[in-house]
Amino acid sequence: MSEIDPITLSVLAGRMEQIADEMDATLFRAAFNPIIAEAHDASHGLYHAQTGDTLVQGKSGLPIFVGVMSFAVKAVIEKAAADGDLEDGDIYIFNDAHIGGTHLSDMRLVRPYFRDGELFCYLASVGHWHDVGGNVPGNYNPAATEVFQEAFVLPPVKLARAGEVNQDIIDILLRNTRLPQSAMGDLNGQLGALDLGVRRMDELLDEYGAETIAAALEALGHRAEALMRSELTDLPDGRWQAEDFLDNDGITDEPLRISVALEIRGDQMTLDFSGSSPQCAGPVNIALPTTVATAYVAIKHIFPALPANAGVMRPIEVIVPEGSLLSAEFPAPTGGYTETILRMIDVVFSAFAKAAPTRVVANAYGTINALSIAGKRKNGQPWVMFSFYGGGHGGSPETDGLNHGNAPISTATIPPMEILEAAYPVMFRQWALRPDSAGPGAHRGGLGAIYEIEVLEENGAEAFLFGERGCFAPKGIVGGGDGALNIFSYEQEDGWHHPPLTSKMRGIRLKQGQAVRLETPGGGGYGAASDRAPEAIARDVARGLISAAEADRTYGTDWREGQA
Amino acid sequence: MSARMIGVDVGGTFTDVFVLDEATGTASVAKVPTTKPDQSGGFLDGIGREVSDLSQIAVVVHGTTAGTNALLERKGARTGVITTQGLRDVLEMRRRDRPRTWGLRGDFEPVVDRRDRLEVPERTLADGTIRTAVNLDAVRDAARQLQDNGCEAVAILFANAYANPENEAAAVKAVRAIWPNPHVSASHEILPEIREFERFSTTALNAYLQPEVSGYIGRLETALQKGGFDGEFMIVQSNGGVMAVDTACRLPIRTALSGPAAGVIAAGYIAQSAGFDNVITGDMGGTSFDVSLIAGGQSMLSPQTAIDFGMVVRTPMIEITTIGAGGGSIAWVDKGGLLNIGPESAGSDPGPVAYGLGNDRPTVTDANVVLGRIDPDNPIGGKLERLDTDAAANAIDAHVGAPLGLSTLEAAEAILRVANSRMAGAIRLVSIERGFDPKRFAFMPFGGGGALHAGAMLAEVGIARAIVPRYPGVTSAMGCVIADMRQDFVQTVNSLVATLDEATLGGFMQDHTDQGMALLDAARTNFEAREVSFELDMAYIGQTHTVSVPVPAQIENGKVTPPTKPQIEDAFDTAYAATFGRLLKNGTRRILNLRSAVTGKRPKFDLATLAPTTTEPPAPKSTRRVHFEGAWHDTAIYDRLALPVDAVIYGPAILEQPDTTVLIEPGLQGRVDRFGNTIIEPGKEA
Repeated sequence: MSEIDPITLSVLAGRMEQIADEMDATLFRAAFNPIIAEAHDASHGLYHAQTGDTLVQGKSGLPIFVGVMSFAVKAVIEKAAADGDLEDGDIYIFNDAHIGGTHLSDMRLVRPYFRDGELFCYLASVGHWHDVGGNVPGNYNPAATEVFQEAFVLPPVKLARAGEVNQDIIDILLRNTRLPQSAMGDLNGQLGALDLGVRRMDELLDEYGAETIAAALEALGHRAEALMRSELTDLPDGRWQAEDFLDNDGITDEPLRISVALEIRGDQMTLDFSGSSPQCAGPVNIALPTTVATAYVAIKHIFPALPANAGVMRPIEVIVPEGSLLSAEFPAPTGGYTETILRMIDVVFSAFAKAAPTRVVANAYGTINALSIAGKRKNGQPWVMFSFYGGGHGGSPETDGLNHGNAPISTATIPPMEILEAAYPVMFRQWALRPDSAGPGAHRGGLGAIYEIEVLEENGAEAFLFGERGCFAPKGIVGGGDGALNIFSYEQEDGWHHPPLTSKMRGIRLKQGQAVRLETPGGGGYGAASDRAPEAIARDVARGLISAAEADRTYGTDWREGQA
Repeated sequence: MSARMIGVDVGGTFTDVFVLDEATGTASVAKVPTTKPDQSGGFLDGIGREVSDLSQIAVVVHGTTAGTNALLERKGARTGVITTQGLRDVLEMRRRDRPRTWGLRGDFEPVVDRRDRLEVPERTLADGTIRTAVNLDAVRDAARQLQDNGCEAVAILFANAYANPENEAAAVKAVRAIWPNPHVSASHEILPEIREFERFSTTALNAYLQPEVSGYIGRLETALQKGGFDGEFMIVQSNGGVMAVDTACRLPIRTALSGPAAGVIAAGYIAQSAGFDNVITGDMGGTSFDVSLIAGGQSMLSPQTAIDFGMVVRTPMIEITTIGAGGGSIAWVDKGGLLNIGPESAGSDPGPVAYGLGNDRPTVTDANVVLGRIDPDNPIGGKLERLDTDAAANAIDAHVGAPLGLSTLEAAEAILRVANSRMAGAIRLVSIERGFDPKRFAFMPFGGGGALHAGAMLAEVGIARAIVPRYPGVTSAMGCVIADMRQDFVQTVNSLVATLDEATLGGFMQDHTDQGMALLDAARTNFEAREVSFELDMAYIGQTHTVSVPVPAQIENGKVTPPTKPQIEDAFDTAYAATFGRLLKNGTRRILNLRSAVTGKRPKFDLATLAPTTTEPPAPKSTRRVHFEGAWHDTAIYDRLALPVDAVIYGPAILEQPDTTVLIEPGLQGRVDRFGNTIIEPGKEA
């Protein structure tokens, strides 16, 4: 492999990252479904021809995909090796989460890229399809005990063979979704993105030659690894532990442990998740690829300047115990993977806070709070309002946490209240910040939110919730306190109630005029509450972000002297 | 007869003035330092340089950053909000986003403090039904409370006011009756469009700007009138059109991107006159490189932008994509040994190392200085005596050369390569995102620094030619004189096509047309023509993203005949197929919003009036050693403005004018077209 000069390398790093960005842009523009088009729940990249390791990934895709995509490519490499029939122009497709990570809604397309008859690298595209069958429209089934209740499962198969698309596969796909037009639109968009990637790679290799590009890819991996090692060398050696819990799996009311031991030795790091709970019955299991990808997401939040490149992970060992809920076996359900990986990120942050307190922020609200309210209109037409709700971010070394942010694994925004009210027979009585929800600290956590939603439909409705953090609060770090717990309530004729499984609930009947109320967690605090500036406390009280009584309890009464 | 039209663009460093004398067909330009904090000093000084008797001026059009700066620096008025019970925190909760994807750091302070956000009992439902009538006593109490708190401006923000403004209209009437100044904004007046955060944010930011912007405009107007000015004074909007000053005082939020919009308007006109309908503009300033795309003579409009995190403004604006690669962007080597440019910038103060004002980290401009591409003895703008080439070289050595093992010149070239690559990347992505192939476009650099990098953009993006306007440093000021008068209106309709009440739609169209025409009538400018256009935001039911559907409508004697349902359906099918390539069988078509634009076409001046009049054959005024591709070249330096029409200069060459340096690299040529623009394209060496 020839040496490559550092300037050409800088230029090529940008050029190749841009190929992935252009693939993202192509799909966002062409996708039919708003989950891709607006929430950008998709990702693209270039992957190593032999190992499947991430070489380059786009900047605009969903954070959790950075890291999980290489598992999709590895699965295809294994499949192609077993079949011995990889050809230029092949395209593989699959959604199997136990092989490729995340959940079954994410459709993965993998295309080998050939140069002069030789495999050069892989291009891949992943996008969240609107519906892939299963028991529940949109594939969110909190009661699933097997993947088959969540969606249809497609293993890696050839969608195209030597450039010829196999219409049979498309026919099978379209027969297994409630929204065939949307699926076709997304599939076309992903194929278009891969086509564009091939054209751009051709141009790049024409311009620089395959050898230079291969050398550049190799060198970028080394440099990413060097960057990571240099960051780790700056940190103290040692071993730090943290653990936290999920409320339950939605089936049995038992807490589930997520445990990590973070060890840094010189320029190496180990994340050991031994001690985490065994595989469970309900859908909070995750598959091994998801676990490894989540470790990457946590690390990238701690070192945001690191490139999206497998070199970053070379000095890092991720240990996942067999048989745990972090390495669930097929056909365990994985639809609620978001809750589990949020908790993984929380424990990594908590452990890291002990190693390098200025590099991390306190825990964010830690639950996706997937709430659906569904029913039938007077004319018999069914409706389902499904959305995720926000909460507070953790306090940081520099500032208080962000109020009402999105989950660390996503960049999706919440639909406007008026859009929801126009589309569904509901009215929000409240859409507000939740006072007294912030974890106390020198820099307090961000505030969670209160959403109170009244059913306007004469026929009433049913409500379903998949949340977490109802029993275990988001943690503060460096002496900071915990954020408030997630509280879910629903209204019946005899008043307000809470569900038995705290933050998870199936099919509660609501009459017209009755409401549900979601009080989401705030973020954990950073630093000791006693270090918070009295004027900051007084300002929070004046703004009503914390009640005077709560401020007295949490911070003492010194702040009252600073009041204007 | 007073026949002068004046465009004034106030930027961060300079105030540019463009004067067109319609009677004689001549134009002149002036550049003076921007005065801070009150920009009106530089504004009047700049005009005074060119025109001694202000009564000779017919029109003054102003592109201003007063609104942008007040937003970015949080220097607006203390503002209060009166809102629906339960919704006090919408401005602070945003759309549940975060400042940066990675890192989870940063917080957000809305421009309105929570203490100044008060709730009143009232509620309208999504279908327009009033569930709770507004309690006007509570509204008046809230208004008095906000005054006691010290608020100068107030915004009324009610849920679903787009669907039925009755509650909000009653509230705003009650507030106006007791509020001591005109700074009262209501969400249904500013933006009667569904999506409460975007509507509330736009309305609250409008209120926040009202005292600041109307005060600024008032000071300018008074000063102009004192000087004898009796013409029309207009302000450029973010949509690239102009508006009367009283509209600007009422709707200051529409000036949020006023300055850059005018530049794009001028760029489009210059390019079209020169025969290029498709052009990508690149404005290189101290901290950023701003890219905009004009296709088929039309600049792209985006429906909204975020001025800063959480500060969303939803009003049509010329779409401008910014990357942090300006002349002041800092070059640095990361721990992995990769050379990076920006996003950190030395800006214009302290600026590049060569300025000698205290920065010691190398910038893109420093690389241009070290390679001889910028003349160190005659710095642009006239603020500095000379540039310190040695200091620039030392900084490049220390921060780039040494870590990478490169000589000074190699390191300087490396900085430019990486910077050019990033700029080219922005151009590619902006076109791809709109579905265009950048190779079909011409590139137009403007601003002080862009023309140094034009050749690199040709090479990197594969663009065939670049067009450098005759006065690239005053493009925005020229755009002020060119821009049409334009008002945009929006109204949420939210109906299936099948159940649409055409009379209701027609009523909205008529109302928009009447309001727009009244504003044109009130203007004292002459219009060559008036145009009204209507678009519907439409989608299939179940989709949340919409496509813009231009719809036909007859207007006779001011009376609008709305399109029929079949016409709307046809128009949707055409627009949808053009966007997505296919239609949805059995899909139900839905209308979300009506968007109307009323435009008064202002007379255009002939750019040929700016063309060179010299016939002298081109002769270099000097030569200088300039470094290209690893070697020094003796490079001819020309006085750009002295070059005659049709002159062809072969690279390597540098064309200098007071505010711009145009670089023609080896292998390229620069041709002067009949308007005095320089067309850079591949050529032969002489």
